[in-house]
Amino acid sequence: MTPAKRPLSPHLQVYQPQLTAVLSITHRATGVALAVGAVLLVWWLVAAATGRDAYDEAQAFLGSWLGIFLLFGWTIAFFYHLANGIRHLVWDTGYGLDLPSAYRSGYAVIAATVVLTLVAWIGALVAGGNG
Amino acid sequence: MTDTRLRSPLGRALGLGSAKEGADHWWTQRLTSLALIPLSLWFVAAVIGHLGADHAAFRAWLGNPITAVLMILTVGVTFHHTASGLQVVIEDYVHTEWAKLALLIVVRFGCFLLAAAGIFAVLKIAFTGG
Repeated sequence: MTPAKRPLSPHLQVYQPQLTAVLSITHRATGVALAVGAVLLVWWLVAAATGRDAYDEAQAFLGSWLGIFLLFGWTIAFFYHLANGIRHLVWDTGYGLDLPSAYRSGYAVIAATVVLTLVAWIGALVAGGNG
Repeated sequence: MTDTRLRSPLGRALGLGSAKEGADHWWTQRLTSLALIPLSLWFVAAVIGHLGADHAAFRAWLGNPITAVLMILTVGVTFHHTASGLQVVIEDYVHTEWAKLALLIVVRFGCFLLAAAGIFAVLKIAFTGG
């Protein structure tokens, strides 16, 4: 049953964005983005199983500007979702739920995302040079 | 002190609550998350390490039993985690009952399909050399 259209009090329009809320919705957004990326993963595996031509085609796309752009976005989303996911798992044990700790761990998640993404891409450039 | 809970012994044994599924979804999501920490890190590192690999080298690597098993686990657990995650997103934002149900079913079936395709691809390479 579709809910009746009634006026709502403003929320997103008036509430000041906070680290906790922003990181939370970003966790959801990166999750959805990673789900889309998972389709790409399967396509890549199926291409490899299909034959050399399909595989080369997939590799060519991934090496193209669009492919690299998508991969870069995917790795940022991945490392963020991983770091914040661990933050969630720690919360599930009951630890770190007070506001100062949540802010500290939140900043740590942002830092980890940046560092891990850089490490991965520098690693990729080095490995790609040798591979 | 008497037991003041209002549940029957059978209710307590079944462990279900008002959501009719208990904490299964929550716990499964935690388990898949935990499993994905090592699995997905392995996956990212492995992919980076094989970026320049041509088809033959890639097939040889994926055909290795350990690689194949880890890749199968990564694919399976990822899509289980994805299906559960997308489920709560749909439940949160879609309120038209038929649309919500359709979307939930399509997403879950889609994840099964993708997982099956991915696992089959790995097995095909592992057993037939590509």
